[in-house]
Amino acid sequence: MTAPLAAAALKDRYQLAIVGAGPAGLAAATLAAEKGIDTVLFDEQPMPGGQIYRSVGKSPVRDRAILGEDYWKGGALVDAFQASRAAYVPNATVWQLAPDREIGVSVGGAARLVRADRVILATGAMERPMPIPGWTLPGVMTAGAGQILLKSMAMVPSGRIVIAGLGPLLYLIAWQYLRAGVKIDAILETTPRGNRWGAAAHLPAFLLSPYFAKGRKLLSEVRRRVRVVGMVEDIRADGGDKLQSVTWARGAERETIPADLLLLHQGVVPNVNLAMAAGCAHEWDAVQLCFNPVLDAFGESSIPGIAIAGDGAGIGGAESAAHRGRLAAIAAARALGAVDATTFGWEAPRHQGQLARTMRGRAFLDALFRPPHSFRVPTGDTVVCRCEEVTAADVVDAVAKGCPGPNQMKALLRSGMGPCQGRMCGLTVTETIAAARNRTPAEIGYYRLRAPVKPITLAELANLPASPEAVAAVVR
Amino acid sequence: MFRRLPDGAQSLVTVTVDGRAVRVPAGEMAAGALYEAGLIACRTTPVKGKPRGPWCMMGVCFDCLVVIDGMPNRQACLTPVAEGMRIERQDGARTIAPMEIEA
Amino acid sequence: MTDTADAVIVGGGLHGSSTALHLALRGVKALVIEKDYVARHASGVNAGGVRRLGRHLAEIPISVASMEIWHRIGDLVDDDCGFVAAGQVKVAESEAELDQLRARVAEVRALGFDHEELIGRDELKAVLPAISDHCIGAIICRRDGAADPYRTTTAFRRKAEALGARYREGVRVTGLAREGRHWRVTTDTGESVSTPIVVNCAGAWADRIAAMVGEHAPVEPIALMLMIAARMPHFVDPTVGATRRPLSFKQFRNGTVLIGGGYQGIVDRDRNWTRLDFDKLRLSCQTVSDLFPIMRGATIVRAWAGIEGRMPDDIPVIGPSAKAEGVFHAFGFSAHGFQMGPGVGSVMAEIITAGKTNLPIAPFAIQRFAPS
Repeated sequence: MTAPLAAAALKDRYQLAIVGAGPAGLAAATLAAEKGIDTVLFDEQPMPGGQIYRSVGKSPVRDRAILGEDYWKGGALVDAFQASRAAYVPNATVWQLAPDREIGVSVGGAARLVRADRVILATGAMERPMPIPGWTLPGVMTAGAGQILLKSMAMVPSGRIVIAGLGPLLYLIAWQYLRAGVKIDAILETTPRGNRWGAAAHLPAFLLSPYFAKGRKLLSEVRRRVRVVGMVEDIRADGGDKLQSVTWARGAERETIPADLLLLHQGVVPNVNLAMAAGCAHEWDAVQLCFNPVLDAFGESSIPGIAIAGDGAGIGGAESAAHRGRLAAIAAARALGAVDATTFGWEAPRHQGQLARTMRGRAFLDALFRPPHSFRVPTGDTVVCRCEEVTAADVVDAVAKGCPGPNQMKALLRSGMGPCQGRMCGLTVTETIAAARNRTPAEIGYYRLRAPVKPITLAELANLPASPEAVAAVVR
Repeated sequence: MFRRLPDGAQSLVTVTVDGRAVRVPAGEMAAGALYEAGLIACRTTPVKGKPRGPWCMMGVCFDCLVVIDGMPNRQACLTPVAEGMRIERQDGARTIAPMEIEA
Repeated sequence: MTDTADAVIVGGGLHGSSTALHLALRGVKALVIEKDYVARHASGVNAGGVRRLGRHLAEIPISVASMEIWHRIGDLVDDDCGFVAAGQVKVAESEAELDQLRARVAEVRALGFDHEELIGRDELKAVLPAISDHCIGAIICRRDGAADPYRTTTAFRRKAEALGARYREGVRVTGLAREGRHWRVTTDTGESVSTPIVVNCAGAWADRIAAMVGEHAPVEPIALMLMIAARMPHFVDPTVGATRRPLSFKQFRNGTVLIGGGYQGIVDRDRNWTRLDFDKLRLSCQTVSDLFPIMRGATIVRAWAGIEGRMPDDIPVIGPSAKAEGVFHAFGFSAHGFQMGPGVGSVMAEIITAGKTNLPIAPFAIQRFAPS
């Protein structure tokens, strides 16, 4: 890759622009550059790796055993990218992708508009919101946040720690913390008993998948050393100005645990804002309980020339992400004429086969770790929109008064109008309205998203270099 | 609430958090400096004045908003520290950058 | 859908809903047929300016009448609509611009209206402490202000329904056919309704409705862009515009700041789709940066563009059809129809039930577009 580019050094046009330097983006950029395509990779972080391989190039964690071998695999992807000829723009916030592939991006406080012949969005996933009472208290954060603090800053929590929710990350962070010498007071699992039956049908594929052996080892080690409470039905976090205790309930059982840190996690969902704002069609996935983009076999979205790869295309994990990135890149290469039909004809199926292999076992994980309805649709005073502090009761009330959907809800209650632009509340609001109106989330729809998908200062926008058209107009 | 694992020598810089000096590794995100300074909450909300701290650490939740070198609404989890950086907690709607008022 | 209705209003935006309300006050219970949902387009997403300031001379009488309604809007629709009469100010950035404003005030006063007042530098600084020092004067309308467009439109709808109007959303009118002394209104769901009165309040799509009765109205769909900046401590009360560059600038009670004006995005009215032009939003930001230095560090959190209909002469079509008995028009408000909504609905109800109105609407006649 080139040395990291500043805003002024960006060209007006690239053949291929990729957004996101996680496994999908890195793999796509590497392959595209190999095929001779003029490629640029934009990423918000200062180093490549995305979230899953965050700081893999320079993690301050000295003891490799703490983070586990899977993490360090990301290093190979980063190395290959760094050896390629793709342009790399870190610390870049992409705030617009227009359907004609004009990209609005800010680097170091300077905004630019850049065009691309093809775009691959690899903006990945984020954690599903987990709106329990008290989830906005300081001292409550996502399991992913805990993991980022560990990977990129070698920081671990002190004090009393509770981890709650469901999904593989719960056990991974617990395992990593144990290896770092951190004591965990309890893991509260919200996986309902019923999920096991749903998952059983997919068990054979899972047993053959790469996930099985890894998962089993991790799980047993954690369970040996940490108190685990299963099938928890209710969780609340309490405290004045910060977290002081966590209370769980299951049937008639109830317990309050004093706590300084509560890590919540119930799976990950695609980070849809840039793709939706660009106009890419999405649809509700009743299995994964989120909105996934509508894509063809190579990741091309409903907008020609814009493809989506990685977890943003549908949750599939890091290895799948890399293969999806390569598929999207080879398709872009074909469209740009950088590879001929023959090359495409034997390379593409290779990536498709590898993708299929890494997707084996996902159905089992999806079914087993399907978050229960009560943890997706809160009630009463529980905050739904964190930015504007709108509660579940506010939303249900608005529905009762005739508010039919999330966009009208935005205008009425300001939910979704805060700086996070619906990332933290979109799914919750859609599902809460759906439940209140006895409809499916597919019928209710999602927030209408627009650029800028991340805030941009007035000064940056005012200083955007004038487009060639605008300059020509003045000259005329 | 968060402490550092022993990690050998990294080059450190000095920043201030609400006026108090802390030493943090160069290039680390400002959120790390907040924890180094012992803060759990970094702001109060504009609507109801409630205390908030970082939630996602990856730039999607916008709960880690702080004032950095006088500029408000900066995401602490996405802003790398630099020598002499001034990090302050953000109160409610207090978001006008002082430099602008002086202009 | 019912078989018959006292009147059918095509379009459930502010003008459609205001007409429905005022008709209901006169005992005429309209059926409003809206192809998306009430306040989906221009009515729900405009800058919310409630102004008499700067109007085309032909619009002033209706605008002044509408303003009186705004000042008692709570009585009419049981909701204050977020209306705050903090004034509207149009600033001059140079002597030449101030001369222009001076001439304008004289012109308006000559017509017998005194709502526009010229102020100098000192008074301007008192009214807008945060305005840049290079601004030397302004026109002010002290009793003008701003309101919440979505809230206003839905309040009119709710009150209209309470008084007997009915609404069908998600249904598009596809045809108007004469049946004796009535109109058969057909829709894309296959349902139809028979009515003696059809009111065309179809905004950016009104030309298609007019065409159904053989009338020509060159509506241009436009998409004016707006931006919102994150909350700031309170620093400005009135809504602010400029003289030689487009601007509509105001701060809401919750501290967020709205920046609009006159720059257009790209629109596809058949797909309900708009695209923002950031190159032009740059110009909006430059204007704000020049006029309000305090805004230079502001954070833009959202931008959008609603779909609106513009007429070539920038004034609306209001009045009876020239070709079709029982058909009436209120559309093409060219990005400044919000304030006129309450007044226009009253005028429409008058024309429809009494056959005439005291307010001068001749300049708005649809005939002006008839191919000669």
